[in-house]
Amino acid sequence: MQDPVGNLYNWLMGLLVSWGVDQAVSNILLTFVGIVVLIVLAMVLDVFLVWIERKVVARFQDRLGPNRIGPWGIFQPFADIIKLLIKEDTTPNGADVFVFNLAPILSLASVLLLWAVLPFAEVVFGVDLNVALLYIVAAGTIGTLSIIMAGWSSNNKFALVGAYRMVANMISYEIPMVVILLIPAILTSSMSMLTISQAQNKYWFVLVVPLAALVFLISAIAELGRSPFDLNEGESEIVSGFHIEYSGMKFGLFYAGELLHAFTFGAFISILFFGGYNGPGVAQMPILGVFYFIIKAMIGYWIIMWVKYTVPRIRIDHMLYFNWKFLVPFSIAILVMTAVMHKLLSGYDTPVYVAGMLVANLILGWITVEILRAQARKKRQTDNSSAPSVVELAH
Amino acid sequence: MQSWLYILMFMMVAVIVPFAAILITRIIGPRKPNPIKQSTYECGMETVGDSWVQFKAQYYVFALIFLVFDVETVFLFPWAISLNALPMFAVVEGVIFILILVAGLVYTWRKGMLEWS
Repeated sequence: MQDPVGNLYNWLMGLLVSWGVDQAVSNILLTFVGIVVLIVLAMVLDVFLVWIERKVVARFQDRLGPNRIGPWGIFQPFADIIKLLIKEDTTPNGADVFVFNLAPILSLASVLLLWAVLPFAEVVFGVDLNVALLYIVAAGTIGTLSIIMAGWSSNNKFALVGAYRMVANMISYEIPMVVILLIPAILTSSMSMLTISQAQNKYWFVLVVPLAALVFLISAIAELGRSPFDLNEGESEIVSGFHIEYSGMKFGLFYAGELLHAFTFGAFISILFFGGYNGPGVAQMPILGVFYFIIKAMIGYWIIMWVKYTVPRIRIDHMLYFNWKFLVPFSIAILVMTAVMHKLLSGYDTPVYVAGMLVANLILGWITVEILRAQARKKRQTDNSSAPSVVELAH
Repeated sequence: MQSWLYILMFMMVAVIVPFAAILITRIIGPRKPNPIKQSTYECGMETVGDSWVQFKAQYYVFALIFLVFDVETVFLFPWAISLNALPMFAVVEGVIFILILVAGLVYTWRKGMLEWS
């Protein structure tokens, strides 16, 4: 029971070898089977994410949501898939056909690639990559690339505007994200997802670097292109942007990719800052970690949905100002603070270390709020002095 | 090396799955193209001119700032990983490197390049 996946692997390996299959060949064969199982599980989860998303948005908007097919409408996504599969697959005039077809494939593939490095439990993971933090940035960028390809190849002005906005969005919010990814690397001296999870068996990193967790959540939402940063879609102005010309299953792939991406980023937040698979009883029974991992990732996904359906879309200049004038300097301040404080406090016991880091974070947060308040006060005064007075307006 | 082989295999499967989905819809979906259906969507209007329009130069400026930052933050990863083993002096040196980065941002800010006009 300690390591069911490893035991299953060893048993199948023994079986194949006893059948006379070469050791190396059977290793590759079993790895391949493992990959297929992982991806199929991701796709099955994706199907249910469609249902969860539709149900949750309905409750946020005081509606019932899908409730016809099966109990609580749980079979609705299967009906959706059948509908998408039998829809006509149209290609607009003047489209770059190869790029046009490649974009939805890359959109989903880029998200599935992230699943290779997710540690579901101490014994259940795809691969323990030693540069996983850089890998997730690189794989996430393929998703953005697919959006640019879709917008460019559609031969549609709305799609192209959506793609431009996505580029501006992605290249801006990637900076705070990469800077924040340095912080788990500082705390654990490693870029491996498994090591980062293991390092949090005593305390979660959110206690040590709460501000970093917050900035990571914001930049993750922006990277996903979800509301309030969904300028690349903008239903009311550019009619859903980059996937405007896509129909049938190709649209479905974009949609599935977006939902799975959101869930995966919920999982990353839980791994980097909320202990990943760690929870009570995991030391005795590592497989229990899968349960905690899914619960934490779902909570992360739910928070991303909560933000999406509560906050209205912001303007593109506000989006860029918020990033370059607030988030980038703020994340760099967090990085410098974490590096220096971690070095100063590393000789002390765990309670002193955690308390010291927490206090340092609170002080930094307080200073930031004070600076913002002072700026807002200054802006209000200049606005008041330049605006015409009530007496002048009356005349 | 083993782990990158895994990533390569994972990449192949991850591309094949969505490709298969598109292939299935090609096989079982109807195909009745006509000029009206294929025309570019534009809110009921007919498209005027080329779709590949000129874009705002501001996007390009943000891309340049991004490039500087992204390259420099990647160089910070080795520093972050070996931080525990480094003496305090090296940590301060890393902080000075970050401050040089910030100086670039402040310069751009003061020059007014972050304004979306």
